[in-house]
Amino acid sequence: MAHGEIWTLKEFFVTPNEYIYWSIQIVMYPFMTGVVAGAFVLSSLYHVFGIRQLKEIARFALVFSLALLPVAMMPLQMHLQQPMRGIEIFITPHFTSAIAAFGIVFTVYFAIVASEIWFVYRKFIVETALALREKANRTMAEKLWHLTYSVLTLGSYDISEKAIHQDERAVKILATVGIPVACFLHGYAGFIFGSVKANALWMTPLMPVIFIMSAIVSGIALSMLTYIVVMEIRRFIAARRRTAHEAFQSIEEIRGTEVNVVRITSKYLLFFLIFAISLELLDLIFRGYTALKTWDILRRVIYGKDFFDIFILQYGIGNLVPFILFVIPGLTIRRTVVGVILVLFGVFMMRWNVVIGGQSFSLTYSGFMHYVMPIIPHDMETFNEGLFGALLVMITPFVLFWGLNKVFPAFREI
Amino acid sequence: MMKRRDFLRYSAKGVAGLALPISAIEIVSPGEIFADRESGTRWVFLVDTYKCTGCGLCVKACKLENEVPYEANVTRTWVERYVMTKEGKVWADTPKGARDGFTTNKIDLGEGRFQDVKNEEIQKAFFVPKLCNQCEYPPCVQVCPVGATYQAADGVVLVDRQWCIGCGYCIMACPYGVRFFHPVYKVAEKCNFCYHRINKGLKPACVQACPFGARMIGNIKDPNDPVSKVIRTGRVGVIKDEYGTMPQVYYLGLSREVV
Amino acid sequence: MKSHVLRPLYVAILVLAVALIVRQRLVPEGFGAHERGYMYGWHNMNDEQFWKKFPVKYKSSDYCKECHDDKHSSIMRTPHGVIQCENCHGPALDHPNEPPRLPIDRGRAQCLRCHYPLPYPTSGRQNIKSVDPEEHNPGAECSTCHDPHNPNLEGMK
Repeated sequence: MAHGEIWTLKEFFVTPNEYIYWSIQIVMYPFMTGVVAGAFVLSSLYHVFGIRQLKEIARFALVFSLALLPVAMMPLQMHLQQPMRGIEIFITPHFTSAIAAFGIVFTVYFAIVASEIWFVYRKFIVETALALREKANRTMAEKLWHLTYSVLTLGSYDISEKAIHQDERAVKILATVGIPVACFLHGYAGFIFGSVKANALWMTPLMPVIFIMSAIVSGIALSMLTYIVVMEIRRFIAARRRTAHEAFQSIEEIRGTEVNVVRITSKYLLFFLIFAISLELLDLIFRGYTALKTWDILRRVIYGKDFFDIFILQYGIGNLVPFILFVIPGLTIRRTVVGVILVLFGVFMMRWNVVIGGQSFSLTYSGFMHYVMPIIPHDMETFNEGLFGALLVMITPFVLFWGLNKVFPAFREI
Repeated sequence: MMKRRDFLRYSAKGVAGLALPISAIEIVSPGEIFADRESGTRWVFLVDTYKCTGCGLCVKACKLENEVPYEANVTRTWVERYVMTKEGKVWADTPKGARDGFTTNKIDLGEGRFQDVKNEEIQKAFFVPKLCNQCEYPPCVQVCPVGATYQAADGVVLVDRQWCIGCGYCIMACPYGVRFFHPVYKVAEKCNFCYHRINKGLKPACVQACPFGARMIGNIKDPNDPVSKVIRTGRVGVIKDEYGTMPQVYYLGLSREVV
Repeated sequence: MKSHVLRPLYVAILVLAVALIVRQRLVPEGFGAHERGYMYGWHNMNDEQFWKKFPVKYKSSDYCKECHDDKHSSIMRTPHGVIQCENCHGPALDHPNEPPRLPIDRGRAQCLRCHYPLPYPTSGRQNIKSVDPEEHNPGAECSTCHDPHNPNLEGMK
């Protein structure tokens, strides 16, 4: 059976080799990359622009974006027909391809995020390493921790005031450089689609910008959601123990900080959301107004076949409803949770409608293809390109974050 | 403590500097970028749609010659049928790529549905064979991230089965839908004008199999080549030239309905 | 410089250097931009040989003629002379060595590729004589009555 045949239904005049070749994993790819970029931009808002209110969420967003990074690559790897050959984009890169740049941009971005985290946590790393070194009768685990932190110091134990000051400057520089790189990383994910001239729906120079804006929206939303969940867990623990927990003195204080952070962050979320929707609508209006040869089939996809996915799920439930939720005064945690989940869903649907929607019509402009996502996997292919493959990609960043959080505590005062 | 670290650092730098010749950074030598083609062959294809009867023997021959699994619903070449009614409706189909020809007058609408078009309703109708256009500026090659698909000096676009990572970007980039994943080798696959045959002086399998001479291959750089003569002196069309790809499969008797 | 600030950069440079050395080892011999330049010609030269050496399966009627001259010259006198032997007999491959016998496609579907009635104006198809397969001896193999090598109605078996 030809690749793609199992999940593609063809209607009317479709040429023999056309299938939905880019399926759920390629929806996940820009979605996850977007979340990484967005989380980083959120953390930079504090480090670069000095928005103090975001201090609490900034450090967490930074560590979280490192946890998300490998996951941006994962869906691409899983979707390759020859996954073992993925390394070739580093060996014989063909830079006229948007995908070839991925390796370079991704690595640079990884280096920036990792270095920034190193500077943010350097004092903590050194102190931990020194504390463990002092300790007599170390257990096996402590010996391992000592080794880990000693390596992480990169041989520098200087935590004088001057050195710490240098760290802060380095963080600021890296965060500044990181913003354009993060935007580039994601904007060029938009370029991968926007530059495909054979695809009438994808080809628009607005695609990279639209991708960046919705990326920031989704990154902020996921950071907020994770932040709220973590804070709620801590509040729950504090309430059970009825004692002070880590940096916080009382349950009320946890709640107070949480609400404060969430309200400020949601303002930025709203700002980027409005920007993203404006661009998307501009694109739609422009296509309708100029009405090129391809508009007829696009119109039938946008206002017909995909109407529910685009206007109800994406714009309605994913954009309009959370917009209203955030705009109504007196934002509560519960309302925020509903809001950010809907925003994330909206961004996901936007990726879906671009990736799947762009393949739902034939090159003949007079045929359609429908994607039927494999649910129950019965072989590697239907796992990779099905619901469970997507869920695996969805879960991995949280597992990685759980591990990273043990090394770089994202919430504790350091 | 400090000294040992310094030593390590400098030696690391030194080793890296010594072990890293300039050629490691070099991706492509400058001479190659500006190299010009001086080869005396540029393969082109000519299709006479008036002659095509839609028998599909070309598709059959292509699949067997090029080891594309016969039952798989992908093919390097296919034949499309266009039926225009007197009411102005356009119907088109290509069931199984016309591997078995067109043995019904019902138009295949997919998902098991068919459109009956009575012969007396037909204004005009014809068949159009499709294959890789071996574009002068192939977008599929431009987007390959690893150099696994490329244009040979004679203009034919080939796929390196040992090197293709199977990302599918070339499939997305082709405006003509000629690419697919090979069901056995799991790499991008496409028509290459039967590269093994044309290099041995044989005709491509589809050209040879066509009983009516609807398919022809030639060398556009050879002024005495009959195909080249038709393309140079006759009225020929190409498909979807708005993408700037400069397709090199020329058609006689193309109609505006053909996409 | 005594400062610790550049340490991550050293790590990055070290990783980059290792990566470049590894890369150099892994690039296959023959990889380059070649005649068509970097944009369209970035590939492994050896792969062109792979495609040039790909086995030929269809040998053409001229190859068949070498042994089956009688059959060849008789069909050439009929309208079916335009049809390659291998279209019905299958690709010759290394026949007569391998395979020693070629399968013959005698199915009705094979004949209907051309002889199903599709009188399409502007297409060569309208000039071919046709039969309605649902009315013309349905189920019977065409070659029961017609000789594919001599399809003229006088040549009926």
